[in-house]
Amino acid sequence: MSAVHSPAAVPVASPPGYLHTIARRLQHDYLTLFFIAVLVLTVLAACCAPLLTHYDPFATGLLGRLKPPGWQGHLLGTDDLGRDMFTRLLYGARMSLVMGVMPVALALAIGGTLGLLAGFYGGAVNMAIMRTMDVFYAFPSVLLAVAISGMIGGGMTSGLTALTLVFIPSLCRIAETATAQVRALDFVEAAQATGASSLSVIVAHVLGNVLPAVFVFASSLISVSVLLAAGLSFLGLGVQPPTPDWGQMLAGLRQAIYLQPLVCALPGLAICIVSFSFNMVSDGLRHAMDIRA
Amino acid sequence: MWIYIAKRVLYTIPISLGVSLVCFCLVYLAPGDPAASLIPPDASAADIATIRQLYGFDQPVPVQFARWLWRASHGDFGTSLQTGRPVLVEVSGALANTASLAAGAAIIAFALALLAGTLAAWYRGRLIERVITTVSTLGISMPSYWLGIVLIIVFAVKLRWLPATGMGNGDAATFSWFDWNDVRFAVLPMLTMALLPLGVVMRSTRAALADTLAQDFMQVLRAKGLAPHALMRHALRNALPQVLAVMGLQLGYLTGGSILIETIFTWPGTGFLLSKAILTRDVPLLQGTVLILALTFVFINLAVDVLQTFADPRLQRQ
Repeated sequence: MSAVHSPAAVPVASPPGYLHTIARRLQHDYLTLFFIAVLVLTVLAACCAPLLTHYDPFATGLLGRLKPPGWQGHLLGTDDLGRDMFTRLLYGARMSLVMGVMPVALALAIGGTLGLLAGFYGGAVNMAIMRTMDVFYAFPSVLLAVAISGMIGGGMTSGLTALTLVFIPSLCRIAETATAQVRALDFVEAAQATGASSLSVIVAHVLGNVLPAVFVFASSLISVSVLLAAGLSFLGLGVQPPTPDWGQMLAGLRQAIYLQPLVCALPGLAICIVSFSFNMVSDGLRHAMDIRA
Repeated sequence: MWIYIAKRVLYTIPISLGVSLVCFCLVYLAPGDPAASLIPPDASAADIATIRQLYGFDQPVPVQFARWLWRASHGDFGTSLQTGRPVLVEVSGALANTASLAAGAAIIAFALALLAGTLAAWYRGRLIERVITTVSTLGISMPSYWLGIVLIIVFAVKLRWLPATGMGNGDAATFSWFDWNDVRFAVLPMLTMALLPLGVVMRSTRAALADTLAQDFMQVLRAKGLAPHALMRHALRNALPQVLAVMGLQLGYLTGGSILIETIFTWPGTGFLLSKAILTRDVPLLQGTVLILALTFVFINLAVDVLQTFADPRLQRQ
């Protein structure tokens, strides 16, 4: 009889885990799955660029300048220096993806940590961190990015620094709000009452509750980062020529819009597709994680 | 409520100081001697020494900041290296041109966004909502500088309906809303600028309305037998403060972040000034423009926050 009372004898299906629930919701969201596939393909194409094309992204050709798509085996035509557009778009994807993800990842690490500390400790720590963030928040993001990278001068590092600085305040603010909300809940107090250290409370109880909201917000910033990074190199502040980069390609082809409008529009189209895909995936993720905007 | 507004106004002071400090520090981001970045590269060593003394670079940094701030608060932002004219004169002329463009873009974007956002919330779950949300996502995903180029190709190069670049009669002329010769230059840049705020405000209008419609008091109104359009009126009034906040932020972004669009259309506003300053490494001009734009942004935010307390009775009671 004692076996009836032991917990092992009562078969109870454990509820599906958090990640499992999200995965199941995403499985039925075909729109989001489609755009995840687009992004995976873009990443693969960027990584395997040398396998997909036999042209050199730097090889110029004096006679084959600004040719339409399909001209002598150039799938998408050639640019103003006779370089193969398809090849340069493939190699350019590397820069756009790196400049889209890297600043957000760095800002997530820095801003997220700062927000977590501000929200958890409150008081003077909160004041110091959040009021500093308010100052950076008081700049329009494009202005701050242009001012910083314009001062440092062009180059990838300067663009990376500028964009990271631009994204830190908003990520910090989201993390702080979420942490402060969790901090007020009973289980945090209970954990502290048992004598757990601040660090272990943050790691074991706070982080898991804060991360989803911060993560979803960060994912929505990637498309902004792609656009801003391309914008910086469009202004000549980001990636420097001859390294292929979509924004800088767009700027280089600006003079040729009267001659070959179709080819000139391609880098912008590429930026648009990648940025749109990131936005759609971020929206799908927000929906699956059930987080309000 | 008045205490809240007073607090909010007072809080602008430390924020403005912080913003000024960041702008001041910009000079130190430039590689090399800050004095060298303030004068043409072919200046002699004696000139550099004079400039160092004149600008106080031989003083401790806090003293430098205090002096710079003192001058800036009296309207002295230095002189442009390129034109030799005071930075304030350069920026204030450009700011008026940017403001014209931003105002036009804001009116187009906000009106369309409110309409489309309300439609999307009204037809929730229907095809029309799908179309509107997809278009608004496209709006926030499209590089505005690319849209500008595409619009130039279509309307200026192919159709020849509108001018491609510039701002009417020479770049020193003032812009007038009542002269078609001026306005036609503004059409394309205005439409390009309107795209991003259109997408953002549309998304937040739809989200705010959806939130409001899901609340209990809406259920009560529905049970009371209120007509759908009357329901929507209640929902809109409740969602208004939230949407207003987003609009304010977007208006600020339009004013402060117009650099890419003004560069494409060579519109002589603050963004164009900024890109010129970067290209020619005109540091005083860059620093002054950034400071004035950032302070404008701070005051737009203040105005919106104050406006919001009037729009939201819940804030008034606090």
